[in-house]
Amino acid sequence: MNTGALAVIAILTLVGALAAATLPRLIHAALCLVLGFVGLAAFYILLGAEFVGLVQIFVYVGAVAVLIVFTILLTHLEATGRDPFNWLGALVAVTVFGGLLWAIFNSGSVWQPHVPNQDLTVRRIGDALMTAYIWPLLCVGILLTAAMIGALILVFEEK
Amino acid sequence: MPGEALDQIFVRAKGSILSLLSGAPEWLVQIVSALISITALLVVFPGLFALISVLERKILGRIQNRYGPNRVGPFGLLQPLADGIKMLIKEDVVPFRADQAMHFLAPIMMLVPALLALSVIPYGRNMTPFAIDAGILFLFAVGSTTELAVFMAGWGSNNKFSMLGAMRAIAQMVSYELPLIITVLPVVMVVGSLSGDAIVAAQDGYHFGIIPRWFVTTPWGATAFLLFFTAGLVESNRTPFDVPEGESEIVAGHMTEYSGFKYATFFMAEYLGMFAVSGLGVTLFLGGWHAPIKALEIVPSYMWFFAKLSVLLLVFIWIRGTLPRTRIDHIMNFAWKFMLPMSFTCVLAAAVWHYQSGGLRGWLWSLALIVVIYVALSALLQTGRKFAPRTYRFAE
Repeated sequence: MNTGALAVIAILTLVGALAAATLPRLIHAALCLVLGFVGLAAFYILLGAEFVGLVQIFVYVGAVAVLIVFTILLTHLEATGRDPFNWLGALVAVTVFGGLLWAIFNSGSVWQPHVPNQDLTVRRIGDALMTAYIWPLLCVGILLTAAMIGALILVFEEK
Repeated sequence: MPGEALDQIFVRAKGSILSLLSGAPEWLVQIVSALISITALLVVFPGLFALISVLERKILGRIQNRYGPNRVGPFGLLQPLADGIKMLIKEDVVPFRADQAMHFLAPIMMLVPALLALSVIPYGRNMTPFAIDAGILFLFAVGSTTELAVFMAGWGSNNKFSMLGAMRAIAQMVSYELPLIITVLPVVMVVGSLSGDAIVAAQDGYHFGIIPRWFVTTPWGATAFLLFFTAGLVESNRTPFDVPEGESEIVAGHMTEYSGFKYATFFMAEYLGMFAVSGLGVTLFLGGWHAPIKALEIVPSYMWFFAKLSVLLLVFIWIRGTLPRTRIDHIMNFAWKFMLPMSFTCVLAAAVWHYQSGGLRGWLWSLALIVVIYVALSALLQTGRKFAPRTYRFAE
């Protein structure tokens, strides 16, 4: 793997994430979070997962970021100075991080040598989704449809 | 093949430049190769933008029965040069209460996705600047980031007109992204690839030796192309869907607080986005760089691509000169109640066409499916009988 590119991407992602957590204005924080999303997408592409990287940009930058930004816009809360340090939040964050680390180090796949998967084409991903993973795909489809209908009912004018 | 030397002239030129570096390490060759492609894109499309901007004003002038620009250069053709100099020497006004960083970054964030989107389109035989396996997905992925740029422009300006314009722009861009992508889906399904080169290659050849095998000649392709073109009009914020910058209501929408070269950057980004949407339409439905008649295949492939692109751009300008602006709620209703169901119909019709193996029967079946759903949808959305004839109290 290209170490130089990895360093640049890692710094970009971490700076974006840190800024998102610390900046006082919510809009700035949201836009810095987008920087983190882009850094992650670049990381996927560097690993050869071109499709996942592009979908990361498409879904997170194109849709989720717009959603976050609009939520901030509509709720219109401005920070009025710094809150005191949140010990409970820090505890939760450390616990989640530790749990993830434990899970990753115990999964076994970390210690195997990296095998470059050259023919990871969109066609293969599509084939896998349409054959081996068809039931999860259908379930996700039904879930999203239900969510969309629910959203429509919420905004329906009562007559 | 006749005319091959002319057809491959740019490919060979790039190859000969790269052959000068034959002893250099591979990474250097790759970087130089990428830089050549980038330079070509940066020369061709801003040049085309300059040409189209003056042509648009000339054609609009012709439609509106006036001259259009005719002072600078022969027939006013040097007008873009004068415009460019004017934009460069104008004062760059930034509002005092604006969010400086966001206000500065927004035009750049607008322009970069448009340029990136242009890099995956096949302009001719072996002439795709950035040929990747998921090219169409790449185009949509970078295209979807422009919504954030519009938001940054609107919010960063700290101005109500800017914010309203940005809200309108984002609302219609988000709504029409769905039909835009779903109309692309039938082509991707039939070809079985997301790469622009594969899609163009699938449209090679002729039905019965005369009709080109472009997807626009199939019923689902024609319907999808019309829907795609409409959604493209909305995505590039062009008339009749230019409510985000409706001058009579909200000044210039999210571009209200921009002046000088930043405004020009927005303007250029809008046109480059239009080129990207048109280029994608040509690639997906109009056979890419293929010639319409076998005898005309001696004309270089990139000439065909740019000829088709110009025709689409002309239609863009023609529509701008002809149609009035649509109301925002009409635009939204049209997206969700008509465009979306019809684009799903295209997917179904393409599936029918594919499983009848594309012959005359498939053609007729898919046409029948589209007509039935179109008629049913029109009957369902019929609003004419809800309204009585308008009555006037004082104006009779």
